[in-house]
Amino acid sequence: MVVINGKNADVAGTTILQYLTDEEYNIKTIAVELNEEIISKTYFANIVLKDGDVMEIVHFMGGG
Amino acid sequence: MNNDKLIIGGHEFESRFILGSGKYSLNLIEAAIKDAGAQIITLAVRRANTKEEENILKYIPQNVTLLPNTSGARDAKEAVRIARLARELGCGDFVKIEIMRDSKYLLPDNQETVKATEILANEGFVVMPYMYPDLNIARDLVNAGAASVMPLASPIGSNKGLSTKEFIQILIDEIDLPIIVDAGIGKPSQACEAMEMGAAAIMANTALATAGDLPLMASAFRQAIEAGRKAYLSGLGRVLVRGAEASDPLTDFLHD
Repeated sequence: MVVINGKNADVAGTTILQYLTDEEYNIKTIAVELNEEIISKTYFANIVLKDGDVMEIVHFMGGG
Repeated sequence: MNNDKLIIGGHEFESRFILGSGKYSLNLIEAAIKDAGAQIITLAVRRANTKEEENILKYIPQNVTLLPNTSGARDAKEAVRIARLARELGCGDFVKIEIMRDSKYLLPDNQETVKATEILANEGFVVMPYMYPDLNIARDLVNAGAASVMPLASPIGSNKGLSTKEFIQILIDEIDLPIIVDAGIGKPSQACEAMEMGAAAIMANTALATAGDLPLMASAFRQAIEAGRKAYLSGLGRVLVRGAEASDPLTDFLHD
């Protein structure tokens, strides 16, 4: 299991890019952190998610 | 007056009104920016959970500087993570540090804010820390590399105005960085008063988001901030402790 934005997901074995594409994220407007490290977009296709990984996918929204 | 620029981390701004983008419709953002005359707008970083979510950046003109905040952070470490994610989102190096441990009053944690400021300033961020107005902490923030200091006027989102007025004045008088009054300013007259005191800028969000007509209130704030700035630059007239003084020459002839 991979924990993505606080929820368990059965996606170990897929790349970050594959996951984001499957979930229809807009790659341009998000940033990704894997195990508390920022992952540059250029590596999305190279990094394979594995069991125990913790991934955060964030974007901007309104705030003060 | 034409050369009167707000300078933050080497960047120059004409406007002294920093606009928040929370708690109102994305459709109003462009009008709010225009009517506020704002050149800086704050944003939050949040988990992107659904694919349908709208991209707020589409609503913000290119020439407006984005100021992501670290709201949601409970300590320096979390604030640093959020700031790095914000920079990875590709919108510049500005960051407003906001660290809150207390969920009832939402007061900033000054000590953690100093720690996060130091780390992020060392990483090249233009760091604008939100803080409880305390001179010693403000000095620590200067030493940590802050680009401005953002003291709260009253609890965030309260619209209560300048509850901390005396302490903000101390920061204005003693700290050699732009003092930007953030949080709690509820109406234009309060923004004007802070500017008359010598604040470098005003940050407002809830006052607009909870107003009846948001763009009209944005315009009212803009005028109040400009008026307060002009008053500060002109030098306020003195206050008499006792008595009165006529503002026209006293004429004698009616009495003789």
